[in-house]
Amino acid sequence: MIGLAHYLVLSGILFSIGLFGVMKRKNLLMLFFSTEILLNAVNIGFVAVGRFYGDMSGQIFAFFIIAVAASEVAVGLGLIVLWYKRTGSIDLDSLQMMKG
Amino acid sequence: MEKYLYITLFAPLVGSLIAAFFAAKPKELYTGILTSALVGISFLSSIVLLNYVDADTILHVKMMDWISVGNLSIPFGFVVDQVSIIMMVTVTFVSTIVHIYSIGYMEHDKSFNRFFSYLSAFVFSMLILVMSDNFIGLFIGWEGVGLCSWMLIGFWYHKQSASWAANEAFIMNRIADLGMLMGLFLIYWEIGSFQYDIVFANILNLNINTVTWIGSFLFIGAMGKSAQFPFHTWLADAMEGPTPVSALIHAATMVTAGVYLIIRASDIYFLIPDVGYVIASLGAFVAVFAASMALVNRDLKRIIAYSTLSQLGYMFVAAGLGAYWIALFHLMTHAFFKSLLFLGAGNVMHAMNDELDIKKMGGLYQSMRATAILMTIASIALAGIYPFAGFFSKDKILEVAFNHEAYLLWFALFIGAGMTAFYSFRLVMMVFFGEQVHKRLGFHPHEARPFVIYALTPLALLSIVAGFLEYSFHAFVIDLLRDYKFTLDHSVGWMLIVATTAIALSGIAFAVYKYKRGGFGAGVESLGIYKLLVNQYYIPQFYNNAILKPFAAISTFFWKQIDLKIVDATVDLIGKMFYNAGGKTRQIQSGNLSSMLRWMVAGIAVMLVLAIILRPMV
Amino acid sequence: MYEVIAFYTFSLLTIALFGVVVISKNALYSMSALAGGMIFIAGFFFMLEAEFLGVVQIIVYTGAVMALYAFGMMFFDTTKEVRERVHAQKVIYTLAILVAVCVVFIVSGPIVGQKMQALYPSIEGVGNIQMVGLLLFTKYLVVFELAAIMLLVAMISGILLVSDRMNLDLTLKDEDDKEREMI
Repeated sequence: MIGLAHYLVLSGILFSIGLFGVMKRKNLLMLFFSTEILLNAVNIGFVAVGRFYGDMSGQIFAFFIIAVAASEVAVGLGLIVLWYKRTGSIDLDSLQMMKG
Repeated sequence: MEKYLYITLFAPLVGSLIAAFFAAKPKELYTGILTSALVGISFLSSIVLLNYVDADTILHVKMMDWISVGNLSIPFGFVVDQVSIIMMVTVTFVSTIVHIYSIGYMEHDKSFNRFFSYLSAFVFSMLILVMSDNFIGLFIGWEGVGLCSWMLIGFWYHKQSASWAANEAFIMNRIADLGMLMGLFLIYWEIGSFQYDIVFANILNLNINTVTWIGSFLFIGAMGKSAQFPFHTWLADAMEGPTPVSALIHAATMVTAGVYLIIRASDIYFLIPDVGYVIASLGAFVAVFAASMALVNRDLKRIIAYSTLSQLGYMFVAAGLGAYWIALFHLMTHAFFKSLLFLGAGNVMHAMNDELDIKKMGGLYQSMRATAILMTIASIALAGIYPFAGFFSKDKILEVAFNHEAYLLWFALFIGAGMTAFYSFRLVMMVFFGEQVHKRLGFHPHEARPFVIYALTPLALLSIVAGFLEYSFHAFVIDLLRDYKFTLDHSVGWMLIVATTAIALSGIAFAVYKYKRGGFGAGVESLGIYKLLVNQYYIPQFYNNAILKPFAAISTFFWKQIDLKIVDATVDLIGKMFYNAGGKTRQIQSGNLSSMLRWMVAGIAVMLVLAIILRPMV
Repeated sequence: MYEVIAFYTFSLLTIALFGVVVISKNALYSMSALAGGMIFIAGFFFMLEAEFLGVVQIIVYTGAVMALYAFGMMFFDTTKEVRERVHAQKVIYTLAILVAVCVVFIVSGPIVGQKMQALYPSIEGVGNIQMVGLLLFTKYLVVFELAAIMLLVAMISGILLVSDRMNLDLTLKDEDDKEREMI
């Protein structure tokens, strides 16, 4: 049967894929996609734990995470659009203003 | 009465602090007058205390708690009893005169104010030393006078020799103070208190070996302060300081602190007569040893310094043999005539433009009559001729040695007395009488200012009459100190007096006879013994070669090899490591989001690996 | 049995789709793959008896978020590929695999605290949606309200950021004013 460990392993693998994307991609939009992957991976973990321990808190957490993800997309996309209008690029390497 | 105690103690401190405000300023006459007046007030109030203290009443006050940690409780307490009041009166009296004298002596010195600040600070420290009611207070005063001595010997610090001598004195004293500290620690370890009364009440319960150790360690401290062999070299070199300093610190007060310590701790030394005998033997040795060096020295102040050493040896003989009151008595009379001798020498120095070689003087009597008379009085007192003060105290010490059946010690002291008489009058003759060598060399000596001479007269008077105070002194201090029982036959006592007087007189006569006719020929200077004495038994050279040079070599080795190559290199390595690491890791801060994210993931990876490695085993 | 088949199928599909998301050079492919992956994750939620969350996942993610991305992408020239100069690829692979291995190792191990007490156990006979509503409007009411405010703020800022007014650089306003005056 499928146990908690299965879901958690899946969650871990998806999370690693997200991390890989975060590290690899230089396209800002792709960075956001990877972030979504990270959040969803964690959501699976939460819901699975809640399910196997008979607790609703997991689902509630996942629910709020979805809310956070939605706002993040709204604000983040707005910023990217702004940046694109400014510089004509969504390349991460163009974001070098913080170079010390 | 407590009021007078505090006045005695703090008046010099107030003077010192006020003078210190003007330390860097040019000469202000009133600093000298003010400090002298305050020390004078201190003297007067100690006279009041002297009248107050008697067999039944001693003053014991606790000013405040100082250290109280766990079981250790050290209050700032002061005691005025028969011993400390004698010291207080002596110290403040000599100090007052030296202060007044210094106004004249330091007249043309540009650091006039600083000098008085130091001098009064010294008086304060010395009073702390003698008035404290516990060993820690004594030790603070002990170090305080050591510090002031260092500052005053090196007063003319721009002179290489003066700063060297100051450091020598300070370092020698530190070495000896280590011994003293060990003694103090041992006392605390065994008894658990530093208070004199508690320590002396409990000392009887201790193992005799422990008491011997305590006594020996304390005596090492006393040896350093009183410049006993082998720590004696600093005292002669300390003559680099201004002459009033030599009179006050290195003749009358500070160097006698060692004797004071032995007297104060007489309850300890009474239990260990063997240690006492060692002390007495060392004292007798130094008495002869130092006197022999004084015989040939040509430096005016060094002669007197060696004589001080020799007299300190006498005091240690008395103290070591258990005649504490006699030691204290000799300490007091010695303070009077030795400071007089030094201050007179200061006058001579001034007259001769700081020339110290007595061979270049001679015949100064014509131009410096008053000083000559004062110094002759002091010399007679030092030689121990009736009715001068030295006779009473020194003769008593010889009697004690004889009474103790320590005939060898007695004989040493006896020879020492003869030498003392000889070198004292050699000095007087060569400086004041005989051929007027100084005229040939173009000196124009002049007498010191009148108030300086007047300031010295009380000392001269006391040098003459202090001996007659013997019986009242004895009656006074015997309430606190153990009496010394003479078992000698009366006739033997008389014979000793006659013998001692005879050798002293013959020493004087020999000196007068010899130097009246121009002294010894040049032949004597080629004798081996003369060279030995002039070179101070080659002890300074020995110290230089056996201790200083190897120590310097070791220090250089540690500096060059250990400090520079190991310690510094290690510290530098750590610094460089961080610097380089910073330089390398600076690249992380590229401002590039992608690489920052990579570092973040690397951090997560490290933490995960750690979580696996460090997980609790089930 | 169906559950096993469903789990493995969904798992493989999700991993594959998400892999496409992070690897594909074309942003449109990535976005489509992401939308697909989200649907399969909703499938996991259904399997885990979290029907409400599954529905929310589909509506919010696949509907709203993906639509938002799609609209957002219209601002960019998606045909023009962003040239990504990625250096030290080995580091990325190594780190990602290391993290994956570590996480898998950790979660596949026995869970130490077996005696976990459910804080809000699901009540017998109460449906999932009912249960979620119950908790959201009792225990998590404040958080719920805060999340609503956060979404409102996000919406306003999203609208504001992409609006034309934002073309005027706030920090460069003085210069703009000067230009306008000159005209």
